[in-house]
Amino acid sequence: MIDFFQHVINGLSLGSIYALIALGYTMVYGVLRLINFAHSEVYMMGAFIGYYTSRMFQLDQNPSFMNLLLVMIVAMAGCAVIGFVIERFAYRPLRGASGINALITAVGVSLFLQFSGQLGFGADPKFYPQIYQPAGEWSVGGLQVNPLQMIVAVIAVVLMLLLQYIIFGTRLGRAMRAVSFSRDTARLMGIPTDLVISATFMIGSALAGAAGVLVGLIYPKIDPLMGVMPGLKAFVAAVVGGIGNVVGAVIGALLLGLSEEFVVAFGRSTFRDALAFGLLILILLFRPQGLMGQNLREKV
Amino acid sequence: MKTSRFLAVLLTIGFVLGCTKKGDQTTEGGKPAGSSIVIGEVGSFTGDTATFGISTHQGIELATNELNKAGGLLGKIVEIVKYDNQGKEEEAATATNRLINQHKVAAILGEVASRRSKAMAPIAQSNKVPMVSPSSTNPEVTAIGDYIFRVCFIDPFQGAVMARFAFENLKAKKVAILRDVGQDYSVGLADAFTETYKKVGGEIVSDQSYTEKDVDFKAQLTAIRGLNPEAIFVPGYYTQVGLIARQARELGIKAPLLGGDGWDSPKLFEIGGKAVEGSYLSNHYSPDDKSELVQNFIKRYKEAYGQIPDGLAAQGYDAAMVLFDAIKRAGSTDAKALRDALAATKEYPGVTGKITIDDKRNASKPAVVLKVENGGFSYVTSISP
Repeated sequence: MIDFFQHVINGLSLGSIYALIALGYTMVYGVLRLINFAHSEVYMMGAFIGYYTSRMFQLDQNPSFMNLLLVMIVAMAGCAVIGFVIERFAYRPLRGASGINALITAVGVSLFLQFSGQLGFGADPKFYPQIYQPAGEWSVGGLQVNPLQMIVAVIAVVLMLLLQYIIFGTRLGRAMRAVSFSRDTARLMGIPTDLVISATFMIGSALAGAAGVLVGLIYPKIDPLMGVMPGLKAFVAAVVGGIGNVVGAVIGALLLGLSEEFVVAFGRSTFRDALAFGLLILILLFRPQGLMGQNLREKV
Repeated sequence: MKTSRFLAVLLTIGFVLGCTKKGDQTTEGGKPAGSSIVIGEVGSFTGDTATFGISTHQGIELATNELNKAGGLLGKIVEIVKYDNQGKEEEAATATNRLINQHKVAAILGEVASRRSKAMAPIAQSNKVPMVSPSSTNPEVTAIGDYIFRVCFIDPFQGAVMARFAFENLKAKKVAILRDVGQDYSVGLADAFTETYKKVGGEIVSDQSYTEKDVDFKAQLTAIRGLNPEAIFVPGYYTQVGLIARQARELGIKAPLLGGDGWDSPKLFEIGGKAVEGSYLSNHYSPDDKSELVQNFIKRYKEAYGQIPDGLAAQGYDAAMVLFDAIKRAGSTDAKALRDALAATKEYPGVTGKITIDDKRNASKPAVVLKVENGGFSYVTSISP
């Protein structure tokens, strides 16, 4: 029984990592109807920005929660800039073109970042400095919880609520929803659409940056291709939850984390990835709008 | 639109530069063909197993420099042409083709990982170029053809060593296995371990698996934890092993981890930290060996690279020395003569033990068991075939 609950905890903490990445995916899709495949590479860049910042200031010498916050802010800011640059130079010139062009460009940007990363950072995995080590282990009668993973789960939920607030409670959010509804009408109403889209990318990328730092801390091995698998899984999570829906992304991610955990625990570990993508196919077949999504007519 | 065109041009230039840099080669010596014997080397200088390639290369380089300083081979100097395969089989295959067709090498040294050696061996075999792998331990590697050799023991032996060690020395009666299903090396070791361990009377309580890019192993480890094994056999490579050890300790698993030569890297301690302490691995040699041959080698290696050679560096050194010895005995670099000379290698005194090439072109020699202690490896025992 202890093992069962341990599996639940493991699954939820794995899911909360997917959730952090899925949030950015779903947000950009919600506004732009563009699947930003470069998102998982922004996440990788976030991990590396965190890595170099920690190394430069030798933050692993005296680990503290402040260090983590500091590195996270630097990585989020850096990723926001990267997100802005990607949008400005890769996606904006294609604004008028059909959706498929932007999609292919997204794949191109993703590959470009992966392999520039290999050139710039080197292809060998790097050890992530331990800039924050929460005291001890939390254990309840044989049940082990890594405090770091609890922090990741809390941060994922906080960021989800923050995003909900931005989208539904602020002027920027209203503008985002207007742009998502109809870009041309929004422009006619005087909404600076380019600015809103840039802001969307920057917020989404900052989320990926935060995810990169947190994941680097939990699984202290980072390399330029680290974004590929989690990125795909987060994409699946976003689709399962209903792409474009912020709460759906988190629910989809937790569900994916749990199902992966249980496949490994009670089935065969080799089926782990097969399950994630099998789930994607099933959802697309039977509920293409996702668990939480509304049934919108597709514009593509 | 001007800026975006400028950027496109910039990106293209960057991309092209990126591509050419990757295929770069470095030659040592650079003498015109004819005055030197050219030997190819393929290794992973970057990627998940980068320290394997780098250590092996330093061993090979040390052997080559010493040989050239002493007058070279057959009156010529030896030149090593090396290619990086980034830890990918397809790159290893491309590099092998290049070495054979473009550089006309007399022989090839490489690879460490069995999967990559298996990508290279068919090419070397069909072109009839002798290939010597320093440390690929999967049995199938040399079965590819009669031009493929190795100077290390094979997985069934390494797996059997750890099984005997677990049962006899650690007195463990129940063991769990966590294997990398994507690596021939890991699967080979796990299978051999299972076979021997059952034969001596132990019980395998769980056989879990993972794949190369995984970073989360908690599901497998939680399943293992419930069965209370006395040791866990993790025959993977160091990057994953470090993470596995960490997560095992996080889950409160106290049982020691056991592994093979794939753990042999300074990065193991960096990633695994305190979590790998108290674990055991089988390896090709131990720097604690007091024999003059080994201590001399360690001294020269330290002078050249400022570090103590790991097992892979010693294997690289031996692979190069065995090859040079065979060229000397063959009296030429003719492929057929060189092959026969390699096959006839007997009791060659290498730093990793006396090397005899058997009829399956494998080396038979003892393995050592090391313990991870105080951020280093310490010698526990030697186990003979």
